[in-house]
Amino acid sequence: MTIANLWVVLEPGENGFTSTSLELLSHARTIATSVSGVTWGAGASHAAQAGEYGATTLLTVAVPENTLPGAAVAAAISSGSLPDVIVIPTSYDGRDIAGRLSARLKRPVLTNATNLSGDLHTEHQIFGGTQIVDAHFTSPGVGIVVVRAKSFSAIPAGGAPATVSQLSVPDLGRRGESTITNRHVEEVSGPKLEEASVVVSGGRGIGEVAGFAVIEEIASLLNGAAGASRAIVDAGWVPYSLQVGQTGKTVKPDVYIACGISGATQHMVGMKGSKTIIAINKDPDAPIFQIADLGIVGDVKTVLPALVAALRARS
Amino acid sequence: MNIVVCAKQIPDPSAPQSLDAQNNLNRSGKLLLDEADTYGVEMALQLAEASGGEVVVVSMGDATDLTGLRTALAMGAARAIVVSDPALRGADALDTASVLSAVISSVSPDLVLTATESSDGYTGTIPAQIAELLGWPSVTFAKSLAGAGDKLHVTRQSEAGFDEVAVSLPAVVSVTAGVVEPRYASFKGIMAAKSKPVEVKSLSDLGITLIGGQAINSVNNAPSRQAGEKFVDDGTAAEKIVAFLESVKVI
Repeated sequence: MTIANLWVVLEPGENGFTSTSLELLSHARTIATSVSGVTWGAGASHAAQAGEYGATTLLTVAVPENTLPGAAVAAAISSGSLPDVIVIPTSYDGRDIAGRLSARLKRPVLTNATNLSGDLHTEHQIFGGTQIVDAHFTSPGVGIVVVRAKSFSAIPAGGAPATVSQLSVPDLGRRGESTITNRHVEEVSGPKLEEASVVVSGGRGIGEVAGFAVIEEIASLLNGAAGASRAIVDAGWVPYSLQVGQTGKTVKPDVYIACGISGATQHMVGMKGSKTIIAINKDPDAPIFQIADLGIVGDVKTVLPALVAALRARS
Repeated sequence: MNIVVCAKQIPDPSAPQSLDAQNNLNRSGKLLLDEADTYGVEMALQLAEASGGEVVVVSMGDATDLTGLRTALAMGAARAIVVSDPALRGADALDTASVLSAVISSVSPDLVLTATESSDGYTGTIPAQIAELLGWPSVTFAKSLAGAGDKLHVTRQSEAGFDEVAVSLPAVVSVTAGVVEPRYASFKGIMAAKSKPVEVKSLSDLGITLIGGQAINSVNNAPSRQAGEKFVDDGTAAEKIVAFLESVKVI
């Protein structure tokens, strides 16, 4: 079965749309007859990219400048005729849009989906990705589905630029009263966490906040990115943006090196799709070893400095 | 400033989790205050202490054991309101948000704080759903907040770094973990919490109709990953890792 009319929320990113947006668009054209994109801000000028990845129409929302987009995008989508399905990337703004859309339309929202089929069934990983839930909507109406990053591959299809058309924003009342007064870009040296081919992550086992420096050093020596478990983000050692897991980022690098991470289900779901996994942990029974291709039972405080020395000696 | 903090009692996340016969999360064991909520409680207490005001905890779930919510009261929240109704078992995010926003309306606070998502259900849509139902602005993924008159200044996590956002009140703000150090309840606080008011409401008290509209079809085991080789470090761990990285052509 195919979906007749599907919309993908396309989030503006650094160069064109975010990678998750393009992943969703690529998948959408395999399960739907007609695919449109919905975007705002800088996204309005990327009709060519929207078309290249499968959208025939690009619906743009004039979000007032320096306003968080959630309220306006949800209101604009709700105001006109609706498609059968709206697919939204799991991201900060994506969740805002999904939540507000769901409340406005009084429609349920299926979140954290990792697959979506043409007969509108979704898949969701639970319990650290050990089980897969197959879910669906039981009442008629638009289906709102929020999909995790890296659930599909972004593959251009060489389509013509999408036709641009505007969705008008109704009066938002107080809903739009959140204004961005300043934007700060955190300089990241090396590749981004979600895109790196090597990810080196630290957990509680690194012992203290200073222990993260060696994680970053190994990541840099391998041209990779540093990540973290929820435990050390909650402890305030590293920012939330580095968190890998159910509540953080999903990564699928060629090599994932888990350092002092026990492998709580919350972490595993964000990294078990990695091509290969190396784990270093003091506890021989740590769950992370069950999915590691190479497991080292040892103290990260001795293993990691030795690894730094060995990698430096080669470079 | 009067603040509502949405909080949830969840099964111990470090214990094995399972689904019951209705494919709902098994909540039969001891329930704890979701650690993700402790950051909102702490922020609310700091804001209320600075401005003079009350912190009210609002929750939905089984009310037979409220130890988890008493934790928030022991930290310093003034009172709690819990909506508990058998019809809410397995309620989805939108129905949960409808219930919470109905209670919030009755409290009419200046600010609602939530976690970015619960640690057991993790839909992450409830803060925005509550804001939309109340007709309020919202800022999700807040790293810090400071009050100034009828506005709140929030630093919000973004894909590229962080944004400074000014939001008018009343508003809903979801806070990330790790941004404040949640206080430990003092002995005095724990004792005081025992006598703080906890109001339990049913669905009919709120006059809400549930929407529902989604269901689980089946639950299946995911293809499992095979464990590879495991070594106890004898001083050659770094060598083994380097050899592995060479074998997969990363170096």
